[in-house]
Amino acid sequence: MNTHLLIQLLVNGLVVGTLYGVVAMSFVLIYKATQVVNFAQGELLLIGAWVCWALLAKYQVPFYVGMPLTLVFMFAFGIAIQIVVLRPMIGEPIISVIMVTIALSTVFQATLKWIFGVNPQPFPQIFTSQSVSIGGLQIQTVYVMSLVVSIAMMIGMAWFFKVSKYGLAMRATAFDQQVAQSLGISVKSVFAMAWAISATVSAVAGVVVAVVNGVSSGLSAYGIKVFPAAILGGLDSIGGAVLGGIIIGLLENIAQYIDSEYLHWGNLYEIAPFYVLIIILMIKPYGLFGTKDIERI
Amino acid sequence: MTEAAELDRPQPGASPAPAPLLSVKNIEVVYDDVILVLRGLSLDVPQGAIVALLGANGAGKSTTLKAISGLLKTEDGEVTRGEIVFDGERIDGVDPDKIVRRGIFQVMEGRRIVSDMTSLENLRLGAFTRSDRNVAADIDMVYNYFPRLKERTGLAGYLSGGEQQMLAIGRALMARPKMILMDEPSMGLSPLLVKEVFSIIKQINRDLGVTILLVEQNARAALSVASHGYIMEQGKVVLDGTADELRDNEDVKEFYLGGAGDQRKSFKNLKSFKRRKRWL
Repeated sequence: MNTHLLIQLLVNGLVVGTLYGVVAMSFVLIYKATQVVNFAQGELLLIGAWVCWALLAKYQVPFYVGMPLTLVFMFAFGIAIQIVVLRPMIGEPIISVIMVTIALSTVFQATLKWIFGVNPQPFPQIFTSQSVSIGGLQIQTVYVMSLVVSIAMMIGMAWFFKVSKYGLAMRATAFDQQVAQSLGISVKSVFAMAWAISATVSAVAGVVVAVVNGVSSGLSAYGIKVFPAAILGGLDSIGGAVLGGIIIGLLENIAQYIDSEYLHWGNLYEIAPFYVLIIILMIKPYGLFGTKDIERI
Repeated sequence: MTEAAELDRPQPGASPAPAPLLSVKNIEVVYDDVILVLRGLSLDVPQGAIVALLGANGAGKSTTLKAISGLLKTEDGEVTRGEIVFDGERIDGVDPDKIVRRGIFQVMEGRRIVSDMTSLENLRLGAFTRSDRNVAADIDMVYNYFPRLKERTGLAGYLSGGEQQMLAIGRALMARPKMILMDEPSMGLSPLLVKEVFSIIKQINRDLGVTILLVEQNARAALSVASHGYIMEQGKVVLDGTADELRDNEDVKEFYLGGAGDQRKSFKNLKSFKRRKRWL
């Protein structure tokens, strides 16, 4: 048994998993607030990554300026999508809105290819040292950053929903839009805010992935990986999304280990999450933390 | 009660009463562009008063409240005629969240608390429109009115019906509204709790000077706290007066308070009561 490889993969799994968790969290955020399953989540990562890449590689902006600029752009971009594309769809059947997000995903993919070309681009060097050694394990510096950033965002999100009044407003809107309006909450601005936050958080994940793998349209595959993570955790649970993401990340890497050591089937890494997705849907359709309505006895 | 046009004319013998806080003038409400629910309804709510709006099921009481709070919009309803004036400004057609900011807060029928939040979170939600720093003090004030809420720290969905009603009223107070619209606070409560809730409503009105428009099935309880009442039938006001006048009115006794006389009135009288036209 190759213990060293196993531990390395588990660490990878944890890091990638928290990243999945972050993306799943931003996916669940939109679902919770607006009941829309966003098929364009992966493209939000991609847009964030391309914008940051363009700032850094093309305009030679330093990272500590480029990153905040990217986030500001994505925040505005999220609001813009909501106002231009989705606001006119309010009141339409939810399936139509979901179809619109599929269309958005295609349009974004095509537009990005048009602007940035079809070739993957390496991300400019951000850290001086490629990897750090923690307890004898070689971990890429960007992975450490990723872990720190992810955890910070999770804590931030938890604070937002638990303590801030806008987070409460968003939860109230998710619970019942009429009630939210009766409390003085503007549902339209809550929707816009959900998209803005989701786009911003996704962009952070996008940039982190891009720093590791370079920017290419393949990055939006993260948007698909989010489904097993979010459904495992329960579609409407933010904490569940985080946990689901970590589990899926670990699972992928464990599958990778088993595959490379024993089975030699190849590609188990890619499919394992979706087997899990099928199994969850069969035995626990609400996911681990999906809410069922409170029944008062 | 006067019609909008008459307001401009000087009325002989009428005392120069101050303008009411809320004035609903001859409104017509249509749902889904076809269903006419309110057909020319008018009512006035003076500053600082408790006014009761009574009537049978389907008379349009809840619709009236939703027309005032703007929540009609969320149910595909629309004020197609007349106007609603609050604090000197027209509010018909304004979005519900903006109406809350102007100082009208509706406690909806069936309490409608957010059941997957704690009671404290529900109270904080009530203060959403406020940006001042006195929210914490107001939470204490609400706990003073409803000490039971302080003890229940779990999810609001597990509160009893009475506690949920108290939470709904407390949440309304957190918005520091000028006026609260209450839709059937007695719904589903035991007689003892109804008494308690109504005494608190009276207390709130007296202590905080909040104007209250109260919709009720329980006419007796409502008239015990209200100073003035309106009776609605089929989308119109058919009778109004002070609470005492209404309590003593034979028709009201017969139809809303029960046990009026020794023998029941005939159907002929019932019809004449309904037919008595009023052009408010």
